[in-house]
Amino acid sequence: MDTYSILREFADSWGLLAMFLFFLGVVLWTFRPGSKAIHRDAANIPLRHDDHLESEPASAGNKQTTSKEART
Amino acid sequence: MLNYLNLVVLAIITLLAALAANNAVDLPYQIHAIIVVLVAAGVFIYTLMHTNDPPKPRATGYMDGVVKAGVIATAFWGLAGFLVGTIIAFQLAFPVLNFDWAQGYLSFGRMRPLHTSAVIFAFGGNALIAATFYISQRTCATRLWGGNLAWFVFWGYQLFIVLAATGYLMGVTQSKEYAEPEWYVDIWLTVVWVAFLAVFMGTLMKRKEPHIYVANWFLLSFIVTIAMLHLVNNISIPVSIYGSKSVQLFAGVQDALTQWWYGHNAVGFFLTAGFLGMMYYFVPKQAGRPVYSYKLSIIHFWALIFLYIWAGPHHLHYTALPDWAQVLGMVFSVILWMPSWGGMINGLMTLSGAWDKLRTDPVLRMMVISIGFYGMSTFEGPMMSIRAVNSLSHYTDWTIGHVHSGALGWNGMITFGMLYFLVPRLWNRERLYSLSMVSWHFWLATIGIVLYASSMWVTGIMEGLMWREVDAQGFLVNSFADTVAAKFPMYVVRGLGGVLFLAGAIIMCVNLWKTVTSVGEKSSDAAAVPAE
Repeated sequence: MDTYSILREFADSWGLLAMFLFFLGVVLWTFRPGSKAIHRDAANIPLRHDDHLESEPASAGNKQTTSKEART
Repeated sequence: MLNYLNLVVLAIITLLAALAANNAVDLPYQIHAIIVVLVAAGVFIYTLMHTNDPPKPRATGYMDGVVKAGVIATAFWGLAGFLVGTIIAFQLAFPVLNFDWAQGYLSFGRMRPLHTSAVIFAFGGNALIAATFYISQRTCATRLWGGNLAWFVFWGYQLFIVLAATGYLMGVTQSKEYAEPEWYVDIWLTVVWVAFLAVFMGTLMKRKEPHIYVANWFLLSFIVTIAMLHLVNNISIPVSIYGSKSVQLFAGVQDALTQWWYGHNAVGFFLTAGFLGMMYYFVPKQAGRPVYSYKLSIIHFWALIFLYIWAGPHHLHYTALPDWAQVLGMVFSVILWMPSWGGMINGLMTLSGAWDKLRTDPVLRMMVISIGFYGMSTFEGPMMSIRAVNSLSHYTDWTIGHVHSGALGWNGMITFGMLYFLVPRLWNRERLYSLSMVSWHFWLATIGIVLYASSMWVTGIMEGLMWREVDAQGFLVNSFADTVAAKFPMYVVRGLGGVLFLAGAIIMCVNLWKTVTSVGEKSSDAAAVPAE
């Protein structure tokens, strides 16, 4: 069998299955128990560090936004 | 020490470029070599003058200078790209605008790639680079990695744009849509892109947040995939090392499929994944609320990147491409509708509980309508990829209308939103100069897009139907010139849509300029000055 046919057969059998299972795994992993708190924390990352790095004195304006929480 | 190394490298580049200019076999190549000599020599002299400067104190804080430069470049190239687009729209309506004295330089065929590359790679690319540098710092709570490497990425990218754009006008092209630059420009872009990836990865690796925020996932997939696409689609062999012409390694249908694998994934990872990275940062920021569902954003990401890469063959329906590959492209394009709308819903629902802000905040309105256009064009696209629909729409103006509702509506509007968000923050102004000017921009741009898209629907479907119309004896009814004549009114409307969109962008630039020059500084605290 030539290279093209070998690759094609692999792509529409085991390759397809492997990628689909990987994707399924990602989805299941996303919904794992305990992910809610991590996701809520991650969703708030943009609202935390605004104009300054943590090492610098942060302005009062930055603090108040962190109280809002993600709805995951 | 690094300066000495830089000087050696710059001297070698200058010498080699001078050699290339001397031995050039065609004029455009010679002009490009001279541009490279001038740039390299200029940077050499600049570096030489600063070689023995006392070392600067280690910079802290966010590196925002390069983001500022990116914002300026985005606005500048945006105006240039929209202007050229409007001109070529009228060239199509009124062929007399292809002036005799400018034949071979400013005729439609030369200006068209100038327009597409200017808006996608110059306007969109600079917006993406600025957004990547801004977002990665804020979501990693750290300064950009690599020091001045970020500046190399910025200026290197501008040089790429200048070489590509001047090349198009002089006829330097490898005739691959959206990948027109010739081999030496491709090599330069590869160098710049690797530096871009290094800066981004370095910043991610020294992040202070334990989690990598989802916007960065999209940005990373954008950078990595574009690198892969660029390398594979530009495998070509120069005819001469001293000439601009190269020959593609692939031929026939393999070349076509490689090209559209590139072309569609440039849409998927440059214009979609990259800009989704913007959406996942700037929409929550402007709304003041975290993204609607972080879980959905993760699934959105993986579904999008797993599906998009297969959709390219839908550009080659009813061609020499095997049927199974055409159907594969069609099926994946239709499935792609799901993650696209998942992302749209996630972006829109971020506003739930804050919908009232749409009434008072025109910048947020701009971001929301961009998500609306994203949803609309990601519905239209899968529909057009169905073979039966494509048999009508392919090669017609419908395709051009589809591209523009995505590019002007989604990419343009989210970028405008980002610029309105960034300028007051980067220049430390307390507000934008004028919100009513933002509203004017919003409505001019929206009406412009509506005129553009609807006229292209009408003319596209009309010409598709005219091409396939046969009489009782089975002869074609219309000649090609008949369809061209019938399209005239819609071409004028399309041009007017472009004028409105360009007018909106000019208003934006005035507004941003006035924001920097005549709005007072944000006064709240002295510590707000970014260390730059």
